Amino acid sequence: MSPIFYILAAVTLGGGLAAVLLRQLVHAALAATVAFAGLALLYLQLDAQFVGFAQVLVYIGAVAILIVFAILLTRGSEVPKDGVFSRTWAVGLVVAAAVFAVLGWAVLASLRALPLAEAAPAATVHEIGVALVGRYVLPLEIVGLLLTAATVGAVIVALHEKERPKQ
Amino acid sequence: MVSTSFFTALDRIFFLLRDWLVGFLPVALRPAAGVLLGVIAIVAVFPGFFALTTVFERKGLGRMQNRLGPNRVGPFGFFQPVADGIKALTKEDVVPYRSDRIVHFLAPLVLVVTVFLGFAVLPMGRNMVLADMDAGLLFFFAMGAATELSIFMAGWSSHNKYSLLGAMRGIAQMISYEVVLLLSAVSVVMIGGSLSLSKIVEAQNSYSGVFPHWYIFTPWGFAGFVVFAIAATAETNRSPFDLPEGESELVAGYHTEYSGFKFALFFLGEYLAMFSISGLGTTLFLGGWSAPLSFFDFVPSWIWFFGKVMLSIFVFIWMRGTLPRLRQDQLMNFAWKFVLPFTLLNLFVTALWRFLGEGWLRWAVCSAILVAAWALMGRVGMRRKHFGPRSYRYAE
Repeated sequence: MSPIFYILAAVTLGGGLAAVLLRQLVHAALAATVAFAGLALLYLQLDAQFVGFAQVLVYIGAVAILIVFAILLTRGSEVPKDGVFSRTWAVGLVVAAAVFAVLGWAVLASLRALPLAEAAPAATVHEIGVALVGRYVLPLEIVGLLLTAATVGAVIVALHEKERPKQ
Repeated sequence: MVSTSFFTALDRIFFLLRDWLVGFLPVALRPAAGVLLGVIAIVAVFPGFFALTTVFERKGLGRMQNRLGPNRVGPFGFFQPVADGIKALTKEDVVPYRSDRIVHFLAPLVLVVTVFLGFAVLPMGRNMVLADMDAGLLFFFAMGAATELSIFMAGWSSHNKYSLLGAMRGIAQMISYEVVLLLSAVSVVMIGGSLSLSKIVEAQNSYSGVFPHWYIFTPWGFAGFVVFAIAATAETNRSPFDLPEGESELVAGYHTEYSGFKFALFFLGEYLAMFSISGLGTTLFLGGWSAPLSFFDFVPSWIWFFGKVMLSIFVFIWMRGTLPRLRQDQLMNFAWKFVLPFTLLNLFVTALWRFLGEGWLRWAVCSAILVAAWALMGRVGMRRKHFGPRSYRYAE
């Protein structure tokens, strides 16, 4: 574990905590972006170039923008007077702890099942591409179909408003 | 053979300069110092280009609009950027009372840093690339995506309706055209077979007779380049796609509430984005640093790269002087209903090109498909428009 790892971990965790604790929703979204960026840097530190850049492209370039747009288009960015914390936070805590426990158990179990390889596997972009359209072509196509369906659905939701004046 | 070695040295002049400078340091520090020098070169050269381009643009636009342009500071007004820089540095930095101070401060920094990072993967000459990454193209697009957030930060934190509207317009536009930009680059990756930008340049760096194998000289490459240029113009918020800062409607869009040097940083970021996207277009379609005719090969490679980039910048300025600004709905319709389907079709044509093999057949088939699609979609799109008196939905 190098000092770089600790710095990146601190940035990621700090961003994540800030995203949960900040009162202003837009600040929370920006803090989440910091966490995404920290995660991308962690991937890069593990020599996973493709995953790291895809993380930046997808999470910072798309997901963060989507969150921000959703905040601005729905509730407005003003802080509500009665605070942003849900009254059922205890239930949320239990759910979060359960999810964390399952994830932690899965990670630890996989450590035992797959002994640590001595050399890091050098997964080049080329190999990832070959694997995606070769071995994993079916999941790829299913994801593509799912996303297309979601896009069509979004377009239909957006179209609905236009047809009302005809009635 | 003196001349040959002279030109080889000229081609490698930046490496020789770097090695000479690094030679003064102890051996242990040399690799780090070499990288640092590369970074310093990028951080110094491109703002210099920015200063030159502002004069060039104002003079060029002046010429197109039948006026003189700046001509007071220095010979022919060439020291205008110096005066502008001093003005930007000495102006008061006004931050609105109700703004979000931290985000307001961070926005221009995020913009400039992410834009500068994009230069790291551009091959600016033979072996002249700061970080030759396996996934260089992806890195470039990742950095481009991160700039969108800085525009949102600027618009939202200013607490000004014009800023926010400008930011929303900017993001909507950049997301729409980013899809097109990525897809038009994908066709180059399909033929070049790599995401590494230096490998893409090498794939184009061969000649049949005296003519180069640049991707723009193929049917799919030409179509891809046109689409790429449209998307790049929209992505850098240049006219005719400069709605996010349309001064007739939004004062100055997302940087309305920025003054002094922060405004200068936004200005710098915008021009740097223009340089880097021109550099990417040059790399993907115009053969990067390779010479346009095989017997010009002796000219240093970096001269070709920067020459091509400057030519693209001139086209940007030319378009700004020529075309009127689009309306927001026209912009969106154009992106999603014309450019995107055309780009998807171009991907298909690229695949055809790849698998039809050498010969005239693939030229005929690919050109025919693209021209037919362009004509059909254009005609159908025009007919659907029902050009006539305008009707307004909300402003009757």
